[in-house]
Amino acid sequence: MKPARRYRCLVLLLTLCSVVIPAMAEQARPMADDPVLEERVLNLSRELRCLVCQNETLADSRAELAVDLRNQVREQMKAGKSDEEIITFLTARYGDFVLYRPRVRPVTYVLWFGPFILLAAGLVILFRYVKRRRDVIVDTPLSAEERSQAKALLDTEAGKEIA
Amino acid sequence: MRYLIPLVLFLGLVAFLAIGLTRNPHEVPSPLINKPAPTFTLNQLADPSKTFSAEEMRGKVWLLNVWATWCFVCREEHPMLLEIERSGEVPIYGLDTKDKREDALAWLQELGDPYVLSVSDLDGRVSIDYGVYGAPETFLIDKNGVIRFKRIGPITPDVWQKEMLPLVKELNK
Repeated sequence: MKPARRYRCLVLLLTLCSVVIPAMAEQARPMADDPVLEERVLNLSRELRCLVCQNETLADSRAELAVDLRNQVREQMKAGKSDEEIITFLTARYGDFVLYRPRVRPVTYVLWFGPFILLAAGLVILFRYVKRRRDVIVDTPLSAEERSQAKALLDTEAGKEIA
Repeated sequence: MRYLIPLVLFLGLVAFLAIGLTRNPHEVPSPLINKPAPTFTLNQLADPSKTFSAEEMRGKVWLLNVWATWCFVCREEHPMLLEIERSGEVPIYGLDTKDKREDALAWLQELGDPYVLSVSDLDGRVSIDYGVYGAPETFLIDKNGVIRFKRIGPITPDVWQKEMLPLVKELNK
């Protein structure tokens, strides 16, 4: 290939790339026409659970149902529904399980407050244990005889070596 | 006493695990049980010029089975559906969700058609209304149009005999 032709080839290739790659990028996210709305969809989807892969949020999941549900969320937002209304729509169909952050209700009290109750119970047990130990240990001062015995031990060569 | 507390705690933990580990975390209890079945009007699979609406089933006990050709487990469930159809205990209506019409028709041609009729839920919207998150799912709907039972996953002979059939009989009384 002659240098001039090679150059023309390269230009053609680059031109093609510059056309094709942005076109592909456009295809990957066709919904980005309204960034404010997308932000809202994303924020709400982060609060919702994907029911197919249950440890993923609706925002993270690539399951088909998650895509459909995100579309539903988007559509309802476009129709002027509030986040609260959309959550009601979804919980009416899928139950509270769709909420990534469980609601505080009598059935979830153990879930929400259990850890704090356990912590408090642990502290109570710890304090009582420490207090009881303190009561058991009696501080008895050394007698004169014991004191001199200790002094003798400390003064010996062996005692010095250890010291 | 000294050993009693840890023992009680341990047994408590065992009890929780014994119950918890036998549960299927993929079975999310549906809030639609004992609620009116969402209404819909969709085109029939066999003849798209005709529609079918859940309203038409007032006064009948029926099953709504959500299926699709892309659903592997549906293939597994299919013989059981045919068996239920043969038993004549309850009519089965199919909700073919997010499927191509020709694929669905070929599927029924190949495996047999247990449904009185199927409707095409092309965009999956009706499935969402029914809180479907994994086909196959089956709803048992009573004469007043109330969902009385939901099966997530395939209907097994065991589920049919022990849970669904007794309920069908009771609802038909």
